[in-house]
This record gives sequence, C-alpha cells and structure tokens, in this order.
Amino acid sequence: MAEIVLEHIVKRYPDGALAVDDFNLEIADGEFIILVGPSGCGKSTTLNMVAGLEDITAGKLVIDGQVVNDKAPKDRDIAMVFQSYALYPHMSVRDNMGFPLRLAGVDKPTIRSKVEEAARMLELTEHLDRKPANLSGGQRQRVAMGRAIVRQPKAFLMDEPLSNLDAKLRVQMRTQISRIQKTLATTTIYVTHDQTEAMTLGDRVVVMRGGVIQQVGTPAHLYAHPTNLFVAGFIGSPSMNFLPGQLKGGGTVVTALGEARLPDQLRQALDGAAADRDVILGIRPEHFEDAAIVGDKPGATFDAAIDIVEAMGSDIYAYFTVKGEVAHSRDLDDLAKDTGNDLHSEGVPVTARLDAVSEVRRGQTTRLWYDTAKMQVFDAASGKNLAESVK
Amino acid sequence: MQPETTSRKLVWWGINIVVLLYAFIPVFWLVSLSLKDDATLNDGNYVPTSPSGDSYKAIFNNEDFIRALINSIGICLIATLVAIVLGTMAAYAIARLEFPGKKAIVALALLISMFPQIALVTPLFKIETALGLFDTWPGLIIPYITFGLPLAIYTLSAFFREIPWDLEKAAKMDGATPYQAFRQVITPLAMPGVFTTAILVFIACWNDFLFALSLTSTSAARTVPAAMSYFTGATTFEKPTGPIAAAAVVITIPIVIFVLVFQRRIVAGLTSGAVKG
Repeated sequence: MAEIVLEHIVKRYPDGALAVDDFNLEIADGEFIILVGPSGCGKSTTLNMVAGLEDITAGKLVIDGQVVNDKAPKDRDIAMVFQSYALYPHMSVRDNMGFPLRLAGVDKPTIRSKVEEAARMLELTEHLDRKPANLSGGQRQRVAMGRAIVRQPKAFLMDEPLSNLDAKLRVQMRTQISRIQKTLATTTIYVTHDQTEAMTLGDRVVVMRGGVIQQVGTPAHLYAHPTNLFVAGFIGSPSMNFLPGQLKGGGTVVTALGEARLPDQLRQALDGAAADRDVILGIRPEHFEDAAIVGDKPGATFDAAIDIVEAMGSDIYAYFTVKGEVAHSRDLDDLAKDTGNDLHSEGVPVTARLDAVSEVRRGQTTRLWYDTAKMQVFDAASGKNLAESVK
Repeated sequence: MQPETTSRKLVWWGINIVVLLYAFIPVFWLVSLSLKDDATLNDGNYVPTSPSGDSYKAIFNNEDFIRALINSIGICLIATLVAIVLGTMAAYAIARLEFPGKKAIVALALLISMFPQIALVTPLFKIETALGLFDTWPGLIIPYITFGLPLAIYTLSAFFREIPWDLEKAAKMDGATPYQAFRQVITPLAMPGVFTTAILVFIACWNDFLFALSLTSTSAARTVPAAMSYFTGATTFEKPTGPIAAAAVVITIPIVIFVLVFQRRIVAGLTSGAVKG
C-alpha cells in the first residue's frame, strides 16, 4: 500500500523518439488509476517505468515516499500483471503463484497458506496442481492475478490484462478485478486502450496521446467535460458526433443541423468575446431524441433521413448523414487512425441513441431533437473545449 | 486436405520404404560385415551365413581400441559440456541484450564455423607442439570447443529468441535477480534447445577424424575414428575389415543411446501456456 508520485517523467529512447513527455501524476494510496489511450500513446511505457522495466530519462518517481528511479524492479515491491499473462510454463499453478514468495525467502508453510488463500479468492483451488498449458484463457488470467496478489505488494500494475479474453469473460473479469482491488485496497495502475474498461474500473482516468497527458479526472468528469476533441472522441461508446459549425456573435452556433443556442454557462463564459469563428460541435448520441416523444423540453430540432436503425431492445441506434464537410482536426484524425476508420462518406455521419419507444424507420425522415444544454463546443483550430479554455 | 485414399497411402508407404532402405542398408551392411569371419567376409552375402563374434572379441582384446574408446568418450563429453555452458550464456546475451560489437561476435562465430578445418591442421599442429598440448586430451578438447561453440551459439540463440521476453520481465517483477531469472525461468524452458544442441555438438566431436588423426601420435589421446585407421590385420597384406566394421558399430551405439536418452527432453512446445493462445 503506497502512494505513487510521478514528477515530470520523461522517456526518450536512444534513437531520439520521445515516448513520454513531462508526465505528472499523484496517485493516492489505494487509488485505482487507469492509463488509457490509443496504441503508441506511451501508456505502457509509463507503466514499465513505474515497474522498473524501463529506465526513466528524466523526472522523479516516488513510491511510498522513496525515490525509486534507480531501483531494480525487485526492490520496488510492486507486482505486475502482463497482457500475455507471462506464466511460467514449467511450473504448476501453485508454483507460479508461490514463485515471488519463494524468491523472497518465505518459509514453505506460509507460502502454501498464502497461495491457497489467493487461490480461494480467485476460484483456482481445484487447478492448483495443473500446468498453465492445461488452463483456459480466463484461468490463466486469474493465475497471473494470483501471482500478483499473493505477496501483498505496495502496488499492482496491470498492462491490458483483459485484452486476450473473449468479450463475455472480459466483462466478468472486469468486475472481479474491481472487487479484488476494493477488497485489498492496493494502489493500482491499469493500462488499457479500451475506454469501456477505463470508464468502469477507474477511480480516476488518465487519457494519453503521443506521450502527453490530455486529461486526468474521474470517468464521469471526462465524459461530461472533455478538455479537447481527442478526449471527447475517445471517451464514450458509441463515440461523440462532431459537426463543423460557426459561432455567431449572438451566442448561437450554426451547423448542418441548423442554428442552436449555446448552453447558458458557455454563453456567459464566452461573453461576447466570441465573434464569428469556426468551431466543432460535439453531441453525444444519447443527447438526441425522437422529437415526437421529447415533449417541450428546451433544445433544437431538425429533420433527419434515417439510413440504418439498430434496435438494441433497451435503446434504438439511428444512423443518418447530414450534409456538409466532415469535421477535421489533428485530434480527430488521430482518433480515426487509431480505430482504423478511414471510410470517407459524403456528408457527416451521425449516430443517435433514441428511446426504445421511438418509431423511427429505416429510410424515413424523422424529426429529431437534441439537447442544446449538453452540447460541447470545441475550437476548430486548436481542438480545445471552449468551455474549459475560458474557465 | 485431400482424403486419404488407398492409392495415396500406397504412394506414401512406397516413399517411406525407399527412404528407410536408403538410410539403413549401409548400417545393416556394417553390422553384417562385423559379424562375418575372415573366410566369409567377401562371399557377397548380405546376411552372414555363419555369424561369429570374432571381430568384436578382437577389438575388445585390443588395448589401443579400449583406450581410444575412453579417450573419445572423455574428450567429447568434456568438449560438449564446456561448449554448451559457454554457448548458453553467449547465446542468451546475443538473443536478449544489445551491446556494442554484438554483430561482430555473431559474424565471427559464423566465420569460424565456415572456416575449412583442413587449413588449420598445420598451424594447430605447430602451436600445439610448441605449447606441449600435442597428443594430450586438452589438445583435442580445445579445437573441438572452438568448432562446437559457433554451432551451440547459433542453435541456442534461436531457441532463446523463442522464449517470450515477458517471462523474464515477470520474473524480475516477482523479485528475481537477473541470474535467478536466467537460472529458474529461462534455462528450464531452454532445456529442449540445450539438449538438441548438446547432441549436435557431441556428434560433431565424436565423428571428427581430421584433428584426431593429425593432433595425436599415440594412444594417449587418439580417439576411436583415428584409432580405427591404425588397425592392422593378421598379416601386412590382410585388411582388418571385420574389426573396423565392429568398431564402427560399437562407436555408433553411444550416439544412439545419447539421442534416445535426450529425445524425450526435446519436446516441442514446452513453452505453450506461458503466454496467450
């Protein structure tokens, strides 16, 4: 149990590539921190630096009040769960889990009882004498967890521990990891590229891109107040819709959906400072609704020719395209690259999540409503959230 | 895959039989020769008509042969052991570490293994005579290690590269020193590779004739392949074909035992279950 402080951490490889730039973070004792971002954003490098598997080029890493920059991994007293699990194939499950204790010179009866206790917690008791090769993916993952928790380290580091599991098991293990972490109250740093894991597991989430922290905050805060287009597009599934538009002096924004009044707070914040300028408007799918069932809640409406309707039971996803150019910015292009989305369609594709009672039909034009109070407005050039930047 | 039809099976069996015959006819011939006596040696029969153990008795009554057998076993085992221990460490470094001169070392190892050995016989003879190593065990062990090492380094580094690097990281995180990680995690996993390499190096040493012949002069260090060439018949004009065949059979046996013992260890896929998949 310990707090971990990263001060101005920099990682530069010998070939000059900058992997992590000026990383600052204070992790409280017992906190569950998620590092999330697309591949190559430096999240795993950061984790490896905390682990001691990679050298820190500059900056200070403090674990439990001690600077550990130059300490070997074994002297840092932290445990790590690898994406590949990295189980020792020549050892039984029992020996795998007991290995850290054996290296620490713990006596055999203690190892036995600790391993069995961890095995009970992870429901591995009946597999203790099997070899990793004879276990299923989920069981291997649990052995890897077990190996980390037996020695009660100061902190857990997890490097995409669930990404090799199939979808259903992943959800199950996600809740189990959460439960274990809450039970043991051990400081945890968890790396993932999956924003769902980030949202569901973390006390706080660190969104990274290109080696730089974009935003740190609770999942709810990141969701409701993304600091820039990158965070806005990365957090949330299905992701936020982005429409290019112009900010007008009167506190309205004009997009392909028509003219909409800015949220009061934002209008006051901008306070006339905003002459006509190019912006990108962000609207989350759930902030759309079928105009027929909204009633007279404040907002704006428009007509949409629905392309595709996906009825999920609890909601309906409606896809449509609005005329105009797709919003472009460095942030959004990065995101598109990460998801491999290089489809170029005419107009701007929009996803709306509607109530299940809505009667939208594929191929029909429906009047949709959107919640103008929940709109996010980003500067088109810098990608910054206007509400955040003027605050 | 095509269905297994009778004709396909027949074709495969045919090919198998041809390959087996190709491999085993010389071996059977050797065994057959070693069991013939002087009278029937050249009778042209593939199967000896009156098998006798005379040739075997002859070689085991020959002190030079017994001595050569001991030399062979001792020299080859020591050379193999040293080459494997050094080779394991060198191969691990080459597979895992980045250090200046790494490419040069690998290239040098390759160069040594390609160098025509016959060109080295005269210089080695001169050096060894000057150093007093000529006709001693170390006089053969050292060249064998020299030529065994490149083979060991090459084969072993390929095996080490197959072992997921994550396992070492995991060992480090679990509190292992680099040596503990190497000794307790990597080496057990590399064992199939180590045994395979050991067999290859051992066979290379065991089969060597050139150095054994030219760097020895008495039975003090002469190994079996060289000693066999000094076998004499009952008279000057009689070729000792029977004893040579018997000796050849005898020195094949250790190799067969060596391979049989270790082939159990050469289990492919020992690392399965270590990482995803």
